[in-house]
Amino acid sequence: MRVKSLSKEKRSILILILIVAILTSLFLFLGLTGKNINYFFPRRLRKVLAVFLASYCVGYSSVSFQTITNNKILTPSIIGLDSLYLFLQTIIVFFFGNAGVSKLTGLPNYLLSIGLMVLCSFFLFFGMFKGNSKNLYFMVLAGTIFGGLFSGLASFMQVLMDPNEFSLVQGKMFASFNQMNTDLLSISIVIVAVIAFLARRDFSKLNALGLGQAQAISLGVPYRRTVFRTLMYIAILTAVSTALVGPITFLGILVVSIARNLVSTYRHEIRVPIAVLLGALALLGGLLFVERILHHSTQISVVINFIGGCYFIYLVLKEGKS
Amino acid sequence: MKKRNVFIIILIIASIISVMLGAQDFSLKKALVIGSADNQLLIYSRIPRLLAVLVTGAGLSISGKIMQTMTGNRFVSPTTAGTMEWCKFGILLSILFFGGQSMMMKMMFAFIIALLGSLLFVQLLQRIPLKSPVMVPLIGLMLGNVVSSLTAYVAFQYDLVQNISSWLQGNFSLVVKGRYELLYLGIPFVILAYLYAKKFTIAGMGESFAKNLGLNYKFITIVGFVIVAFLASIITVSVGSIAFLGLIIPNIISIYFGDDLKHTLFDTALLGGIFLLFCDILSRIIVYPYEVSVSVIVSVLGGAIFLFLLFQKNKEGGTV
Amino acid sequence: MIKTRGLSKVYGNKKVVDDISITLPKNKLIAFVGSNGAGKSTLLSLIGRTLDRSSGDCYIDEKEVKDWNSRELAKRLSILSQTNHLNIRLTVHELVQFGRFPYSQGRLTKEDEKKVSEAISYMGMDALKDRYLDELSGGQRQMAYIAMLLAQDTEYVFLDEPLNNLDMKHSVQIMKILTKMVKELGKTVMVVIHDINFVSCYADYIIAMKDGEIVANGPSDEVMKPQMLEKVFGMEIKVEQFGGNNICLYYT
Repeated sequence: MRVKSLSKEKRSILILILIVAILTSLFLFLGLTGKNINYFFPRRLRKVLAVFLASYCVGYSSVSFQTITNNKILTPSIIGLDSLYLFLQTIIVFFFGNAGVSKLTGLPNYLLSIGLMVLCSFFLFFGMFKGNSKNLYFMVLAGTIFGGLFSGLASFMQVLMDPNEFSLVQGKMFASFNQMNTDLLSISIVIVAVIAFLARRDFSKLNALGLGQAQAISLGVPYRRTVFRTLMYIAILTAVSTALVGPITFLGILVVSIARNLVSTYRHEIRVPIAVLLGALALLGGLLFVERILHHSTQISVVINFIGGCYFIYLVLKEGKS
Repeated sequence: MKKRNVFIIILIIASIISVMLGAQDFSLKKALVIGSADNQLLIYSRIPRLLAVLVTGAGLSISGKIMQTMTGNRFVSPTTAGTMEWCKFGILLSILFFGGQSMMMKMMFAFIIALLGSLLFVQLLQRIPLKSPVMVPLIGLMLGNVVSSLTAYVAFQYDLVQNISSWLQGNFSLVVKGRYELLYLGIPFVILAYLYAKKFTIAGMGESFAKNLGLNYKFITIVGFVIVAFLASIITVSVGSIAFLGLIIPNIISIYFGDDLKHTLFDTALLGGIFLLFCDILSRIIVYPYEVSVSVIVSVLGGAIFLFLLFQKNKEGGTV
Repeated sequence: MIKTRGLSKVYGNKKVVDDISITLPKNKLIAFVGSNGAGKSTLLSLIGRTLDRSSGDCYIDEKEVKDWNSRELAKRLSILSQTNHLNIRLTVHELVQFGRFPYSQGRLTKEDEKKVSEAISYMGMDALKDRYLDELSGGQRQMAYIAMLLAQDTEYVFLDEPLNNLDMKHSVQIMKILTKMVKELGKTVMVVIHDINFVSCYADYIIAMKDGEIVANGPSDEVMKPQMLEKVFGMEIKVEQFGGNNICLYYT
């Protein structure tokens, strides 16, 4: 709202856009020749799109989740939402898989999983927010255990499955950066676009929620409805990003923390774009680093976890000194 | 005292079931005849497995309890503080430099690296200003994360990925005579933990509080982490890592028995042993005659029980 | 006008606020007093709709709180809660701007900006306008929050222990401003305060609570009597006249 600080925020956004644009074009065009362009270009383009979608999902979810839970540390993936998605997918294959595995791996599975995801997170959050569970400690503890519980259940069901059947669907279901699920790209673009449009309209309410629950209610924010809506957006977006590129546990906490460090503003109109751009920067940079410099000798999650973890610890220590 | 007796009875029953259970026909009566096939099976496979499970369960729970007491944080455990990750890194280094043969060498490396890692963790903790309860384990998780990605990277470079994934999940099916005795080395450390229990409790109340009572805070912290690192490293080397056990058991104990380490250490060990034994039995019968990874059972069963307790507690309005 | 009927809040088996029916007078500085755990803050939060009630009704200007549109109600009633720990960094000016949220939903008009500057000036905080809240003292921060309530410009203003942890100077400053808000701006201000002498010197009307129930309620002079106070606080309290005010002596 103040003109002077706005310009600094805008500058940060512009610089980030520039870096992401450079990384994107590097990723798209590096090593492209007249001969291989027809093969490589469409594939790379799809990858870039998947990365952008995932960045939006992670960026928006992490920032808004921290606002509605009023904390600086939790993100949807730290409380196990992406494990929940993987678990749901396993359940679907487990119960409906026998008849027509191929039918339930593509779009129907995707949409069904998203639906179940919304339903489950509703109950999950309902349980966690009920009573006096403003207790952050309780939420982290419960969330982490939930994460372990879901991935435990998922691997348990996978054991129970016919190994052949499982390996058949595994590649299609469980995406990773080496194996992005670009089949679902077009429907994902639609989903993310709709949610992004809806979510934007709540930014001013989220800004007020930054003052805490009681104060937000006092300012006339329909608290319950806003929080509930935001949680549903988060559930859907987590499903989308996990389906496209697989779980990226620490990206969320990384981008929110760096975004907060870069510009200290409460405004979601600024915070969300910055987190999203940082996510794209980290993912594209990571991909380029792994593919061009390390020559695929490791996975991108390893790089992100390493750099992200070190940076996070650095941030905490720096905060300690000031 | 009453609850403890119940624990002991359950432990004995579960132990007998565990020994009886297996793919091969087995009769307890025959097994008592020295030299019989059943007797051999008992000595070379069933008993070692039982002991390995009990020591692992007790060891991880005690480690978790000590860490939680000393940091004054219910959320810290060998997994959430990254101790297990450091152990794996140590094992990797040992394999790189000395090959994968010597268990002793692996254990030494795992121990030293885990101890260094824990001390680094404590150093970091002292540097953060607001020791919010969530921040402590988060730093542990992050640190563990950094180390594990380092491990993954190095392992990939030297083609040791297969090797690593075998320590990722705890597994008791490979435990036979001659492959688990390392775990006995943990016993003196458990006794040490018992002797220091009161001091850990005091240290957990803060450095100034401990100093006020005339305790050498730094020394006690180091003793605590030596015990934790040692138990964690022998367990990782012998059977692999089992997530959550060191987190869940101490928290359950704390809900029902309170937090004085001197009084609860034995119960913690007992419950840890029983719980892991129970999970191990389940893992063997659930898709009989195959085995499910015991880690999976621990995280599902333990997670469910723990969440139930947590929500119960939360509903009553108590603080967690 | 604010009216409650059978308002209750239950945690488990414990009735924190027990069946309270009361009508609050308008254009007064109303103080809620009572021992720890008497239910003052809970009652305030129930009426201020930041806490869900277990049963009963609550009317603001003849209309049930639940039937109010949340935005419209935020133009009639504002509440300042006790814990104001922020995870975000805000300047005083940015915080006060939030007071205009019910009117403009974050898009401030010229009119809104005027109200914001007026509120800041009213609190005498012009010099601190661009400072971040975490750089201020506890008292200054509390003043900034009250400026936000002023900018929200509601007829009813609720404050939950606004003097908590403040020094004498800031406490007096805040009480004087609250009095001014009643006298000059015609507002109805409701506060929870622990220091009985602040209540005695500044409040027009007192509601005394014990174990979730109202044990006394009326104009200050009527409640500030030894028998009444003993009933409320369960201890002997002497009341002496000093400079035209009732002063409670309970230290020995």
